[in-house]
Amino acid sequence: MKNMKIFDTQAKYGKYTTILLSLILFFLTIFLYFFTAHQRHKENPDDKIVPTASEMLDGLKRVTIQKDRKGELRLWIDTYASGKRFLISLFLLVFAVILGLNMGVFPIIEHFFLRFMTFFDKIPALAVLPILFIIFGLGETSKIALILIGVFPTITLDTYLRARSVPSEQITKGLTLGASDFEIAYKVVLPQIIPGVLDTIRLNFKAMILFLIAGESLAATVGLGYRIFVIRRYIAMDIIIPYVLWMSLLAFTADFLVRLWVKNGYSWTEKQNG
Amino acid sequence: MAIPGQRNKMDKTLLHLEDVYKRYFNQNKKEFTVLNDIDLKVNEGEFVSLIGPSGCGKSTLLRLVLGSEQPSEGIVHFDDKKIIGPDRDRGIVFQKYSLFPHLTILDNIAFGLDVEGFTIPGRIFTPFKYSKRKKEFRKEAQLYLERIGLKNDGDKYPHQLSGGMRQRAAIAQSLIMKPKILLMDEPFGALDDSTRQDMQLFLLEQWKKEQMTVFFVTHDLEEAIFLGSRIIVLSQYYKTDKDSNEGSKIVSDLKISEKTIKPTSFKYSKECADLIKKVRHEGLDPEHKQHIREFDLNHKDSFRTITQDEWNNK
Repeated sequence: MKNMKIFDTQAKYGKYTTILLSLILFFLTIFLYFFTAHQRHKENPDDKIVPTASEMLDGLKRVTIQKDRKGELRLWIDTYASGKRFLISLFLLVFAVILGLNMGVFPIIEHFFLRFMTFFDKIPALAVLPILFIIFGLGETSKIALILIGVFPTITLDTYLRARSVPSEQITKGLTLGASDFEIAYKVVLPQIIPGVLDTIRLNFKAMILFLIAGESLAATVGLGYRIFVIRRYIAMDIIIPYVLWMSLLAFTADFLVRLWVKNGYSWTEKQNG
Repeated sequence: MAIPGQRNKMDKTLLHLEDVYKRYFNQNKKEFTVLNDIDLKVNEGEFVSLIGPSGCGKSTLLRLVLGSEQPSEGIVHFDDKKIIGPDRDRGIVFQKYSLFPHLTILDNIAFGLDVEGFTIPGRIFTPFKYSKRKKEFRKEAQLYLERIGLKNDGDKYPHQLSGGMRQRAAIAQSLIMKPKILLMDEPFGALDDSTRQDMQLFLLEQWKKEQMTVFFVTHDLEEAIFLGSRIIVLSQYYKTDKDSNEGSKIVSDLKISEKTIKPTSFKYSKECADLIKKVRHEGLDPEHKQHIREFDLNHKDSFRTITQDEWNNK
């Protein structure tokens, strides 16, 4: 017990201490919330701003197992609609990866796209939204287009930079072993950068969800983002809060799954010592 | 002088460089010369060591032979054809990044075979044939694994191996494609001393077994002399009758031995010590500038072209 410093750069903690430390803020937040809810309800039992746990559970029941006026289970149809938009955009991002890869490997494609993409990347996607609504109408296309305009160039440029940073020795080696130019792109460069690209896509989930909610809040008839903006009019915090938590949970799960995929599928990335 | 008709296989010229200059631009857009009028001929079966002071352009010369760079002037021919890019004729082992990090050692070694037999239609329409071929390639790669002493490490990834093991695998990866010449750019530069010696012996064994031609770039004089049957010294330390010189020339081109493996004891012999002393003095010493007329180019394949102003006997 000779060292009792709190801020010790060399400190090492056991598993349980680490877990305990990281849980403190979660519990503190939850406690403060319910404490506030309790206090407000003591003053006004009809308070809608900070609903109690039972009120939120009640709200959650109303959107998950009780049909609404239209006979729909709201949370699920909202999740389905938003999830579909998200997954379609995610699928289309495959093309961003392919484009970025080819830009990184083939100078002709690089020169053709690089400046354009760099500029495209700087267009504020949300500012384009009105244009999208005018051109594509208020349907699914404009919402997916918004997500893509927001993240497509980022993913492309990131993939491009990753492809460029593959050591030229690797490409030379591949050529001396008889690989064609396309084999260099798809068998030497692509598999090496995939874990990094997956990480970038994962980090861009947040931006994708942001654009999704923005699109839905302005023009949609169903969707998680649409719902929370509609029920805002009724100050239905007992539904908004579960919705926000649900969205966070979905985002966290998606992120977690990709991290798991990278960790298990690409064990060779762990440590590359020279 | 070789007489036509008498040339046997071992006398075939593989590599032919003539009047080769390589110039670059520096940050101020000023041109400077790295390689100054290089003439070089390498015959089949030779183990050529290329040595020179740091910054003399050894690696540049290697890249010209490899094809990843083009000369500013002059011809670089391989097997009587102009070199236009890296290809299957010339294998390469670099000091770093030689193996593909995303493939296991076995897959790394089989890589060349895999891409050679690969077509997209073949992959789609004849999947069984494809997987059968793939299995055969693995079998062949396994033989090479045994040869390099990594029999049980085939399913490991490069980052799990030591530096020496990685370089062995990188050599096997090139050898399996049976290149006409094996180029090596300081392949053992990052290895510790005893591993290095093992690797030298390993390389010489492979050289003998495959009757290979090797072009070996190193900055280690002892290594160059122990390995090579021929040593070429590239250096910027020389003088001519011209007022100023820029860029390296081949200042020595010596036969070290027949195309045989020298015993390890050669490293401690007087012959080796004398050679080291000679090369160090003539090529690597910035204080001592040999005149272009004094270059020792005694190897039988050596030749050179000289410009009038470099050699006017004044």
